[in-house]
Amino acid sequence: MSVISPGGKPVPIEVIEESLYEVRRKIYPRSVSGIFARWRLILVFATQLLFYGLPWLSWNDRQAVLFDLIQRKFYIFGLVLWPQDVIYLTLLLILSALALFLFTAVAGRLFCGYACPQTVYTEIFMWIERKVEGDRFARIRLDGEEWPWGLRKWRLKITKHFLWLLIAFWTGFTFIGYFTPIETLGASLLHLSLGPWQTFWLCFYSFATWGNAGFMREQVCKYMCPYARFQSVMVDKDTFLVTYDKVRGEPRGGRNKSADQSSLGLGDCVDCSICVQVCPTGIDIRDGLQYMCIGCGACIDACDQVMEKVDYPKGLIRYTTERAIEDKESNQSAIRHILRPRVLIYTAFIAVLSGAFLISLATRNPLRVDVMRDRGALAREVEGIRIENIYRIQIMNASEHAMKVRLKASGLDDLRILNSQGQEIQEIEVAPVSNQLLPIKVSTTIGNNSSGNYPIHFDVTAQELVGDKEVIRTRDEKSTFIIPR
Amino acid sequence: MSDFFNGVWSDYIALVSLVGIVWCIWLLASQRRAKVIHTPDGAVADTGHVWDGNLRELNNPLPRWWAWMYLISCTFALVYLVLFPGLGSFPGILGYTTDGALMSSMTEANNDLKPVYAKYVTMDIEQVAADPKAREMGQRLFLNSCAQCHGSDAGGSKGFPNLTDGDWLYGGSPENIKTTLINGRAGVMPPFPQLDSKQIVDVTNYVRSLSGLPADNLKADLGAEIFKSNCAACHGADGKGNIAIGAPNLTDKTWLYGGSEATIIETLTKGRMGMMPSQDKVLSPEKIHLLTAYVWGLSNNKQPAAAK
Repeated sequence: MSVISPGGKPVPIEVIEESLYEVRRKIYPRSVSGIFARWRLILVFATQLLFYGLPWLSWNDRQAVLFDLIQRKFYIFGLVLWPQDVIYLTLLLILSALALFLFTAVAGRLFCGYACPQTVYTEIFMWIERKVEGDRFARIRLDGEEWPWGLRKWRLKITKHFLWLLIAFWTGFTFIGYFTPIETLGASLLHLSLGPWQTFWLCFYSFATWGNAGFMREQVCKYMCPYARFQSVMVDKDTFLVTYDKVRGEPRGGRNKSADQSSLGLGDCVDCSICVQVCPTGIDIRDGLQYMCIGCGACIDACDQVMEKVDYPKGLIRYTTERAIEDKESNQSAIRHILRPRVLIYTAFIAVLSGAFLISLATRNPLRVDVMRDRGALAREVEGIRIENIYRIQIMNASEHAMKVRLKASGLDDLRILNSQGQEIQEIEVAPVSNQLLPIKVSTTIGNNSSGNYPIHFDVTAQELVGDKEVIRTRDEKSTFIIPR
Repeated sequence: MSDFFNGVWSDYIALVSLVGIVWCIWLLASQRRAKVIHTPDGAVADTGHVWDGNLRELNNPLPRWWAWMYLISCTFALVYLVLFPGLGSFPGILGYTTDGALMSSMTEANNDLKPVYAKYVTMDIEQVAADPKAREMGQRLFLNSCAQCHGSDAGGSKGFPNLTDGDWLYGGSPENIKTTLINGRAGVMPPFPQLDSKQIVDVTNYVRSLSGLPADNLKADLGAEIFKSNCAACHGADGKGNIAIGAPNLTDKTWLYGGSEATIIETLTKGRMGMMPSQDKVLSPEKIHLLTAYVWGLSNNKQPAAAK
């Protein structure tokens, strides 16, 4: 069988039926050191110090960061958020997404390469693997040993999985510690008295950490992660990416150190394949930009070491832009293209939104009021001289201090508020981080207004005792007053 | 459980579900291999499909575990359909129903709450009503179950009695209130088509005069006779009502539907049908006990409530 090639000549082709599924080829990344490996290490420590450490901090005699799902109170240091504050979560997610867009437009998959939990835990697990089983070739040799396994293989594998599971377990424990107080969680773990759901989630997160960082690894990025697929949309000709300099490197080939490079007609790539060996997703960066590339820069570190050894200039693989490679520009001049419309727009959005986020958080009013008018009864006459409407007023105190609350109604003449027993309401005490529901009667004198619906306001004033300073919080809540015919 | 008006639809849906699953498995099996074109010049092999002139489809195989996950999902679907309702009207061998799940979680919640109520069930209504904690719980129960008709302040509205004024259609003792809550009440005022419109106006004036409202004396005198032969059987010869049947006292200032002449005429010509629904199936006995105390307390001990 043959087809006609673009040149007009018939080219013989072979049609083979191949499987659409393959057994995953295990990747044995070779250890690497260098500037980007060091950056990743710094970020592994920074993110994990934050993650493992945060639940152990205290604030005002409680856990500093605690998301209490049962009580629906979310404590973040001095802040107590309620479900009503979900807008902050929305803003935070929008900001995170915009930041991802910005980083990707400027320098590709920075998040994936340095800060993504999948990368971070895989890095930790690979470090353990290296310490226990040795580097790439030792591991390949170990896995190549035929069944039955020898004592040494058993020992190494058991040690590795024991250490992995230990970390996975601690990760799961820490994760749950964000949702139930971690100290009582630790105590009930020691007494083996965890609740059924705590046990389930502990096992679930431990298993997920162990499975994803130990076994799934690059497959999470390749087959599961949606970021991986859509981030390539945000990359353009001026995005700094881990790039193999084809112009400088090709044609590649091995050579003798003493041989004259120009007479052999070879580029700078010595085809040592170390860039492939260190790649955690098992790709060859020299094939160009691929969706599997998580932008970790391991190949840059590896290639720079080789270039140093063979006495060539570093940077055959480097962070650079597509335009810089094409136009043989230096990075210094390529960086001048950084101020592109998309980068400016993302930055502007982030600046405006984070400003709004901070301002609204700083001026957040911990007093909240809901007024619900009774629907069953429209209005009633009291002693022939007043018209009465019934409301339920819910006063929420989202601060960690007690509040003394006073109610006033305005919008109609001589509006009077009574409690459901018909007594004057003096001052309502609302305990810290709690709410109070109160049925009230509001009345006005008959005859001053014709029948109809009148908008009225509830002016709620609260004294919040912060330390020994009194802070006044106010809310103005609208409702309707009905005067019947 | 079947809401199908015809058994055929149940079979049809079961068939669609099963054929769907079988089709999914067939799809995986039939699409597990593809023809890939290899050219001798070493270019990356592709399937020969080209879009937009230069977009070639390569064979980037999925990992095999992905295919296993797919099959596990299909198996899960089949096992689910055997265990749980879903296959047409087949109820599943576990006998699960959403109604049953609701009932069992309600029973569970009630059992969890038993200790909270345990302290109060042995106490008298008067004692419970004096307990501030019980009042708080009672108020919450009231706002959930009663306030829709009686108002959040229990002040009632047209057709729904005020529970705070000490005036009771069926009696205000703790036992009476509890009976009302458990069994509900139906207060029927029959219409009087046998009375002509003049007679209706006369008896209306008489009824208004009973509670000291302005009335035409002449008409009221005429109405007194009509009252005796038509109304006294329920409302009593003196118009003071009868708590055994919930006939209201007509001599006080409390009017369930209103005391204006027009309203009373409407009541007489059209009748009234008051309905207090039974809470027996809705609230547990412990909750009814607390609610009784709360409602009784509304008009009997005002003192502890002043705290709020």
